[in-house]
Amino acid sequence: MDTLNKMDTQNKNIQNVSRRHFIKGLGIAGGSMVIGVQFSPLLAADTRSTADIFSPDVFVSIDKDGQVTIICHRSEMGQGIRSTLPLLVADELEADWKRVTVTQALGDPKYGSQNTDGSRSVRKNYQKLKEAGAIARTMLQQAAAKVWQVSADKVEIYNHNALLKGSKQTLDFSKLVEIAATLPIPDRTKLKLKTEKEQRYVGKENIKILDGEKIITGNTVFGFDVQLEGMKIAVIARPPVVFGKVKSFDDSETLKVPGVVKVIQLPDLNPPAAFNMLGGIAVIADNTWAAIKGREKLKIDWEHGQNASYDSVQHETVFKESVKNPSTVVRNRGDFKQAKAAAAKVITADYYVGGLTHAPMEPPAATAVVTDDGVEVWACTQTPQASVGSVMRTLNIAKEKADTVKVHVTLLGGGFGRKSKPDFVAEAAYLANQTQMPIKVLWTREDEVKHGYYHSPSYQVLTGTLDQQNNVTGWHHCMVNHPIGATFNPAAKTAGSADLGQADIMWDVPNMLIDLGDTDTYTRIGWVRSVTNINNAFAACSFADELAHAKAQDPKDFLLDFIGKDQHINYEKDNYQYGNYGEPLKTYPADTARLKNVIQLVAKKAGWGKKLPKGHGIGIAAHRSFCTYVATIVEVSFENGKVKLESVYNAVDCGKVLNPDRVRSQMEGAAIFATTLAYYGDITCKEGQVEQSNFHDYQMARINEIPEIHTYIVKSDLLPTGIGEPGVPPFAPALCNAIFNATGKRYRRLPLKQYNIV
Amino acid sequence: MIKLNINGTEQTLDIDPEMPLLWALRDIVKLTGSKYGCGMGLCGACTVHIDGQAVRSCVTPVSTVTGRKITTIEGLSEQGDHPVQQAWQNLNVPQCGYCQSGQIMSASALIAQNQNPSDEDINNAMAGNICRCGTYPRIRAAIHQAAKLAREVK
Repeated sequence: MDTLNKMDTQNKNIQNVSRRHFIKGLGIAGGSMVIGVQFSPLLAADTRSTADIFSPDVFVSIDKDGQVTIICHRSEMGQGIRSTLPLLVADELEADWKRVTVTQALGDPKYGSQNTDGSRSVRKNYQKLKEAGAIARTMLQQAAAKVWQVSADKVEIYNHNALLKGSKQTLDFSKLVEIAATLPIPDRTKLKLKTEKEQRYVGKENIKILDGEKIITGNTVFGFDVQLEGMKIAVIARPPVVFGKVKSFDDSETLKVPGVVKVIQLPDLNPPAAFNMLGGIAVIADNTWAAIKGREKLKIDWEHGQNASYDSVQHETVFKESVKNPSTVVRNRGDFKQAKAAAAKVITADYYVGGLTHAPMEPPAATAVVTDDGVEVWACTQTPQASVGSVMRTLNIAKEKADTVKVHVTLLGGGFGRKSKPDFVAEAAYLANQTQMPIKVLWTREDEVKHGYYHSPSYQVLTGTLDQQNNVTGWHHCMVNHPIGATFNPAAKTAGSADLGQADIMWDVPNMLIDLGDTDTYTRIGWVRSVTNINNAFAACSFADELAHAKAQDPKDFLLDFIGKDQHINYEKDNYQYGNYGEPLKTYPADTARLKNVIQLVAKKAGWGKKLPKGHGIGIAAHRSFCTYVATIVEVSFENGKVKLESVYNAVDCGKVLNPDRVRSQMEGAAIFATTLAYYGDITCKEGQVEQSNFHDYQMARINEIPEIHTYIVKSDLLPTGIGEPGVPPFAPALCNAIFNATGKRYRRLPLKQYNIV
Repeated sequence: MIKLNINGTEQTLDIDPEMPLLWALRDIVKLTGSKYGCGMGLCGACTVHIDGQAVRSCVTPVSTVTGRKITTIEGLSEQGDHPVQQAWQNLNVPQCGYCQSGQIMSASALIAQNQNPSDEDINNAMAGNICRCGTYPRIRAAIHQAAKLAREVK
């Protein structure tokens, strides 16, 4: 341990020296370099204690005043993770929340994955962070035992104090820090973790969001808000078509705009797109307005390249051909062909969902400073470690110099998957290096809409077979879209995401065939909140409703029957290796009882079966994603031929709940995110160029369209699952099922604006 | 030279008279509470008060607001305890928080004019403010609560 201490002290010195060099390199006094951004204290982030700080784990440290610092290593983008995860640590530590400071982590592999997507911050860190708190608590208990010269079991730790059992003696954490720092770190496997009953913060109502006060007074720092002394603003004219190049450009008018400092050409992008810069021409100016005006005055002659052939509307014919000859079977149970041949009734329906972009309210933004000693970045990134990698690739920084790249995570003004692709961080690093100035790259809304990593449009064909007795005997779901994989490997033609709501479907049907078609890709495709669950669940849960009507059965009762008996689904039996969101099926099974339970809960709460006012309709959908079970009921009415949402009911089973208010807010937000995609979401391309540009032609749901949203959480002691995304997939099918219930019309294409009903 | 009265302080700025107030606030005065979301007056993230009216600062050239009283989120209240801010805290309204300055500025302008707004009044007044995270139901509830708090103070 001593040796470790020494080594870390040395490392720290090296880091401190290099930080001083960063600042010296800029010719700026240390304290004044950053306005509005705090450096993450290196001490708190260290893994071992020093004389002044007790830090038994990378996530926890306590100073001599007893102030606890908890590291939040996941990015805050509205899900409340800066409140939820530190609270878990504080609870386990028995800290007084009023004496806790939450510090945002730099990008650093010592924290494990910091990639904040996939609805996994709680799922993947629950145990680790509970242990982090318990390690510190156990050592404080041992320290107090040492002071009182008793065995540790005579000491209780409660609310920032050690209590000597059977006496009134107490010792504040501040009095124990020095001793605790000298003790050996206990074995993780032998920790005594708090029980639910003993928890004082976790699972409680009225947990205020950590940054709430700053948000309501305008004092937060998002990626857009970073201010460095001497910083310049960059906006970039990017190639309108992906892999397009600049043939020539004229910046003479741009350079006449007062405030414009420089114009720099970025390197061309060659496949794969990955997280690399798109290329184009950057305008660097003293302020944003000058940069935007300067960009308007650029004259650029583009070589659009091969992707200019892409027309997303016409491409539907390619999709249609592709699903006639699927390339890949993902899951195969029984013999669907045989079931179809023997069926008394065969129902087939085609579904189409348009392209989507993330549209976080804050578009991407990153600020970078480059000196001889390294690179420092502040960015609204969902993935600081990938951002480090992106900077290293862009500036050809050798692997062994990874520690010279520091990525600070600001608050994110929404993410939804866009900010897990750090192309914008690469741009900032590149331009800061070229100019040797601190550079903030800002994406305008037009940039965000036109140069995204899109959710692909998709074409799906579903077929159901029924026997003479009206039992469903077969289910076939074929899907084609532009695969996310093509963003990283241009040769990829088949979706790799059947695990997300297509193949993992939980129906108890004897014959099932899940397959995929192939296609080429012409834009950057990425993951948008809940990914292909969006289109897969829309088709699967709408088509289940179609089967219910074909059987003339109540849709809720049909779902319960279709899911069938209580069981943990054995996917291997169907020759299907299910990824299960990276979790073992043993600990996170696909449990039909839990799916049926949320259906029954939401049906009860929404008064399913009640008599509806004339013209109203009600619809239901249920879906498991990110190991979470959600059932949604939507009630609609029609006014002048336009759909009106009357109410939304959600029941969710996400295992153990740490912060119920943030679970509800995620479910509310998911329903509204899904309203936008169901009503309006349609990114289209002509000649390889995205046709939409801003909120007038890429519309968002607004307050007047949104009713009350009721969320009911299943009480559970099972492992926590995910909450950021699972509320999205069942909404659109529940909505369209409700519209069918109201009007008898089945809408199989999204967005609904094409039918003039929204 | 452009003279602006921002949160009660006179400021003289050497800037393009056509510069939208949003960028003057954010880049020149360094008040970053007002946010950029669209640059076209479509999303409301940049909302400030001009003589008490909610205005989209991203499409308001600074030359048009000289001599007028500009209030930003930073100047809405001294202690962050405007009834709207209190209600926002009470109901844990924000998610990511980015659009919330604009939401709060629109909401506070509404309850200054309408002390007991209905759901419809709220929907009408707030339809220009987009929240991508989806805090609309809580915004509605918080405005009702804020209006009640404001009535109780009077």
